[in-house]
Amino acid sequence: MKPFDYVRALGPGDATAAAGREGAAFIAGGTNLLDLMKLGVMTPSTLVDITHLHLDRVETTEDAGLRIGALVTNSDLANHAAVRRDYAVLSRALLAGASGQLRNKATTGGNLLQRTRCPYFYDTAMACNKRDPGSGCRAIGGVTRLHAILGASAHCIATHPSDMAVAMLALGAGVEVEGADGKRRVVALDDFYRLPGEWPDIETVLEPGDLITAVLLPPPPQGRQIYRKVRDRASYAFALASVAAVIRVDSGRIASAALAFGGIAPRPWRDGDAEAALIGEVPSREVFERAADILLADAQGQGGNEFKIDLTRRLLVSVLTEATEERT
Amino acid sequence: MQTRLHVNGTTHHLDIDPRTTLLDALRDHLRLTGSKKGCDHGQCGACTVLLNGRRINACLALACMHDHDEIITIEGLGGPDDLSPLQAAFVAHDGYQCGYCTPGQICSATAMLEEMADGWPSHVTDDLTGATKPDATEISERMSGNLCRCSAYPNIVDAILAVAAERTRA
Repeated sequence: MKPFDYVRALGPGDATAAAGREGAAFIAGGTNLLDLMKLGVMTPSTLVDITHLHLDRVETTEDAGLRIGALVTNSDLANHAAVRRDYAVLSRALLAGASGQLRNKATTGGNLLQRTRCPYFYDTAMACNKRDPGSGCRAIGGVTRLHAILGASAHCIATHPSDMAVAMLALGAGVEVEGADGKRRVVALDDFYRLPGEWPDIETVLEPGDLITAVLLPPPPQGRQIYRKVRDRASYAFALASVAAVIRVDSGRIASAALAFGGIAPRPWRDGDAEAALIGEVPSREVFERAADILLADAQGQGGNEFKIDLTRRLLVSVLTEATEERT
Repeated sequence: MQTRLHVNGTTHHLDIDPRTTLLDALRDHLRLTGSKKGCDHGQCGACTVLLNGRRINACLALACMHDHDEIITIEGLGGPDDLSPLQAAFVAHDGYQCGYCTPGQICSATAMLEEMADGWPSHVTDDLTGATKPDATEISERMSGNLCRCSAYPNIVDAILAVAAERTRA
């Protein structure tokens, strides 16, 4: 691991000021950052410890939504009574990710900002535009089982690995950010991530010194909530494809549908057109297939991940079938 | 840098490089070598310790960030003359072969049983808001962060189930 200065922030002002230093990075749970630092993939010259900032509470907001502090651990969030009761898709997504040990340490803000698990990003002997901008992408034409079928570019085909963020995207979450000037703003999670384009190293709309302080959830949605994850092992593996669905059926027709996808794109993926194709329809396999057609119209395989196109289609149809079944 | 660690009820003052992981501080500075270094990347669970009662991977923690925390290692759970219930159960059920992953398995299981007692659901729990019951499926899912390359899994699960059953009776 490259040497770094360790700075403990005791207030948000401290944190954003220290983060203004060249080469500074925030550290909270450290489960992803320390792993990457050991490998030399990330080499911050200053680590700003934000774990003493008291951003570890889950609170009900004035509009009956939820404010989740950036330092709330994945375990605490998954097990929070209100989340289990009202935002089951989020509990399910969190519980489908990582291991018990990692969930106890990993935080809400850190989960949003975790880096791809693309093996070419991890291997410093390989060209990677995300790790070393302009060096090329060895994943293209390589082993691509984990890689993107939607939203990739000629410069990067890596996927975003989070389960939590996929559920939050389906729930319409917002990200509260404190800037270096001390002002707080809220960015819709749907606007938070950038596609790789020419610059895969820039993954979010955050500016230098920006600190995530919370994630905001709107009031609990009506309808059924499902998180379904397909992976190479039954536990403790990243998604090949996952779906978070929040679906409401009213008088035999689909009244609302929020769908987000993990493991198939450089960011948690949402397709408003695929959702719109479901609204007002009587649930049927044909309707579900049409939504899948729209979702996957631009899907492109990269060799070893071609199977994900069919897999995502079947996953979506299966989840929609379950979500719209009449309950006995 | 100067830091202190509270480990197994004792406070230690250390002068360490900020890069020192909690695992390396325990093993190389405090000579508590029960916690093992397997992958050193949070994938195998051999380094599992309890941080304020919760299980974590000590290899993915910086020692200097934990000067206010209570750390329990396998040495703090019990010794040869006073085995913890899980330590005794691993012996009784032959829950290991080479033994390298065992301290991590036992630390992890110790905290995992508390998580179940506190009603935490898991990926395989049917009802997120209902009760949890310890069975082989639940134990396997909840222990998936601890690998055993000898694949002693059936006996590990039996050992944990035996302690879970004792706790339910108590």
